[in-house]
Amino acid sequence: MRFTSIIDAIGHTPLVELRSYSPRTGVRVFAKLEGHNPTGSLKDRIAKFMIDQAEREGLLTRDKVILEPTSGNTGISLAMIARVKGYRLKVVMPENVSPERVDMLRLFGAEIVFSSGEKGTNGSIEVAQRMVSEDARYFMPYQYGNLANPQAHYDTTAQEIIDDLPEIDMFVAGLGTGGTLMGVGRCLKDHNPQVKVLAAVPHPGELIFGLRNLDEGFIPPIVDLDLLDGRIVVESEDAFRSTRELTEREGIFAGVSSGAVMACAKRLASRMDKGSIVALLADGGWKYLSSQLWTRSYEDMGQETQDMVWW
Amino acid sequence: MAAEVRIPSLLRGQVGGSRSIQASGPTVGHALDDIEARFPGFKERVIDPNGTIKQFVSIFINGEDVRYIQSLDTPLQDGDQVSILPAVAGG
Repeated sequence: MRFTSIIDAIGHTPLVELRSYSPRTGVRVFAKLEGHNPTGSLKDRIAKFMIDQAEREGLLTRDKVILEPTSGNTGISLAMIARVKGYRLKVVMPENVSPERVDMLRLFGAEIVFSSGEKGTNGSIEVAQRMVSEDARYFMPYQYGNLANPQAHYDTTAQEIIDDLPEIDMFVAGLGTGGTLMGVGRCLKDHNPQVKVLAAVPHPGELIFGLRNLDEGFIPPIVDLDLLDGRIVVESEDAFRSTRELTEREGIFAGVSSGAVMACAKRLASRMDKGSIVALLADGGWKYLSSQLWTRSYEDMGQETQDMVWW
Repeated sequence: MAAEVRIPSLLRGQVGGSRSIQASGPTVGHALDDIEARFPGFKERVIDPNGTIKQFVSIFINGEDVRYIQSLDTPLQDGDQVSILPAVAGG
């Protein structure tokens, strides 16, 4: 395939059947490998849509600095696109993310503002919102409230899934901004209202010390919880184990949130008599190598690893 | 029915510092009432005055969000594990 720009090479990721994950004849599990995008995650899709839309609407101009809160992947995608298009980018990111995320942002020329690790990505959102309200030079795509985020998945990710597997019965993906679940979920339900849409969410562990009370939780404005058919929480340890198992059983090298999604897909597949599940694997494993999750036991990885933001 | 309710760090002050406590009742809602009886003030941190689960709080039973089962009326079985978690973002 030939493209005129790396930005045009976003999307069209493989859908791969995971035969070892089939619990019985007639139940099939497929993985959508979003790590095959140019910067290695599904966020390339939404970064492209958000930037294109902002340019069309005149919100993003040469004099602006793009500012975005992120746990990493969206920042990296925006950084790549900002490089190609010649924009300045600043990201606000929790201080406790994997070093690979920091390195990738820097190699694409992004500036990084670190927010408190104890507040996770919720804290990055607070800081970015304050910065944007105080300085008119900033343009914030704001993936949590920007409808171009789910639209990217409605128009591309979901369409690719339907093209490859029109008989899909169930879709499971991680809930971070909700963009994937909302966009893919709506399109799949438009395609066939019987399709079930399930969210995997990370157990925040002790990471929530920084929140003063439960009311400081955050549900992205683009999320409509009624669109979902269920939500399953996955402990970090299970996500890690599952990430490693995916590599051992299927030769697929994916990130930690993908492990959580696979843990859910297994649980859902075990309850099905027949049908096809698509598990969306948001990124590749490259950005998590420093955690040594493929080579060390979870117990040996230490508290430091357990207190990190993984998605 | 006795379930283990895991308490997030934010609410541990409310229950004498415990990471998890046993609670009984036929449903999730009854188990929360049981905790409230022992630790007054606990329930209002999780449940709105109108009796629904607070907007930014999720209650999971064996990992599954009760919102998509029968909310506070979700039946409990012996040995179930209940988690109370605040909503966190990713991305």
